Amino acid sequence: MQIAFYLSGLVAILATLRVVTGTHPVHALLYLIVSLIAVAMVFFALGAPFAGALEIIVYAGAIMVLFVFVVMMLNLGESAVEQERAWLQPKAWVGPAVLTAILLIVMIVTLASGDYSGSISGDPLTAKMVGISLFGPYLVIVELAAMLLLAALVAASHLGRSEAHDEADLARERQREINGQRELEEQTRRTAPPRETRQTPFDAADKDAGTQEGKA
Amino acid sequence: MSWWTPQVEAVLIAMVQAVVILLAVVVFGAVLSMVERRLLALWQDRYGPNRVGPFGLLQIAADMLKIFFKEDWIPPFADRTFFVLAPAIAMASLLLSFIVIPITPGWGVADLNIGILFFFAMAGINVYAVLFAGWASSNKYALLGALRASAQTLSYEVFMGLAVMGIVAMTGSFNMRDIVNAQENVWFIIPQFFGFCTFIIAGIAVTHRHPFDQPEAEQELADGYHIEYSGMKWGMFFVGEYIGIVLMSALLVTLFFGGWHGPLLPPIVWFLLKTVFFVVLFVLLRAALPRPRYDKVMNFGWKVCLPLTLVNLLITGAMILLIDPAT
Repeated sequence: MQIAFYLSGLVAILATLRVVTGTHPVHALLYLIVSLIAVAMVFFALGAPFAGALEIIVYAGAIMVLFVFVVMMLNLGESAVEQERAWLQPKAWVGPAVLTAILLIVMIVTLASGDYSGSISGDPLTAKMVGISLFGPYLVIVELAAMLLLAALVAASHLGRSEAHDEADLARERQREINGQRELEEQTRRTAPPRETRQTPFDAADKDAGTQEGKA
Repeated sequence: MSWWTPQVEAVLIAMVQAVVILLAVVVFGAVLSMVERRLLALWQDRYGPNRVGPFGLLQIAADMLKIFFKEDWIPPFADRTFFVLAPAIAMASLLLSFIVIPITPGWGVADLNIGILFFFAMAGINVYAVLFAGWASSNKYALLGALRASAQTLSYEVFMGLAVMGIVAMTGSFNMRDIVNAQENVWFIIPQFFGFCTFIIAGIAVTHRHPFDQPEAEQELADGYHIEYSGMKWGMFFVGEYIGIVLMSALLVTLFFGGWHGPLLPPIVWFLLKTVFFVVLFVLLRAALPRPRYDKVMNFGWKVCLPLTLVNLLITGAMILLIDPAT
């Protein structure tokens, strides 16, 4: 169990490093998927198979698919790789790296001064125990999370719907514009009688010809 | 012989079982490609493959030889890593799912306590096969097929999991062996009929079988995500699809039709008979149904199947509480 834990932990760290340093967006996503699966393996090694399975189903199986989906739709070519390479210049990452190194030192010191009573191979947590603790002591949090998700769902549905509304509005506006133009035209026709009354000799001649023909 | 301990024996037996199950599944999947053509032909009043060997039985050998010796072509514009990785994921994730299926009381690869969840995890990873194949091919038909496949699979996996939760609630365990043992008297098809309906629909959709074969609709997408594949890489997608059918049939048998339970005949025969029945049903569906439009498929999934599974789950929970309020 310890070997599995450390190996999968190592894989997770290496894969995550490749996510950050990789220049090709889709390859970076593949490393991220590998990293998530490695984290699931860490959960299995720790004796939490339910959490491990959910990690794969939810993160690797559903959320990452949407990420890959969107990135593939963007059709990023060589230019994106070049841009990413330009962003990975040392002056861009040295500052944040130093700051996170300080955080890492703080974390290591904290971990080193703590106790080591928690062992790696704990007792397996079954799905039943997870469920009982979720719907027992953490019931309020679960329900709040459900409300939050419902709100997100309603918001997403609204955003998806508003596009259709916009289209309908646009169509109505266009109709109104067309109607307005027609009215305008009619108005100009009505309010511009001089044009009709003004008669050029040719018009008169035409009119006469027309009437004569009609009579004939 | 000092190293021949009962432990070693148990390990060896388990390994032999795993290898036998693996080979049986792969061979079954490959033979199914011929059986499907034959069945389709019979239902359509023709002979089907009948040239190679007696009754055309050796057609499968001819097909396999052809696939193995075809040029293994990777298009120069394709992304090589992903192009090679995709068929491997397609076949491996489905084969791995057989780990959790108990075949008889003594046969089965692993007895995981998360059982059915392992299958859902593998089904989740299986989406990447199509997605990567479609993207790596740098072909617009392939990409469109991959997009359809991922959207369809994600939507149908949502209620595929929920459809089984009724059974999990009734059994009180994710373990497949527990689920089979709980069906000794009544198969779950009776109390979980709506769960069965939605699960089989989702199963067909997740394996991209007709009538849910939108990702590879040849009339619109010229074969979809595997248009650029040839040789054995295409063969892995092809055999992977049949392995998916065998897997879904075995899962349906295990979850809803009592697994190895049955009168008179030995357990292995019952399991095989029931599995073959569902495999033939999958083929019959392909022979009988037209392909619906893509947006209808998505609408059906979200607006009919998902509410149905939720209602089914609610009623199941209520019934469990009514009958046995103590636990």
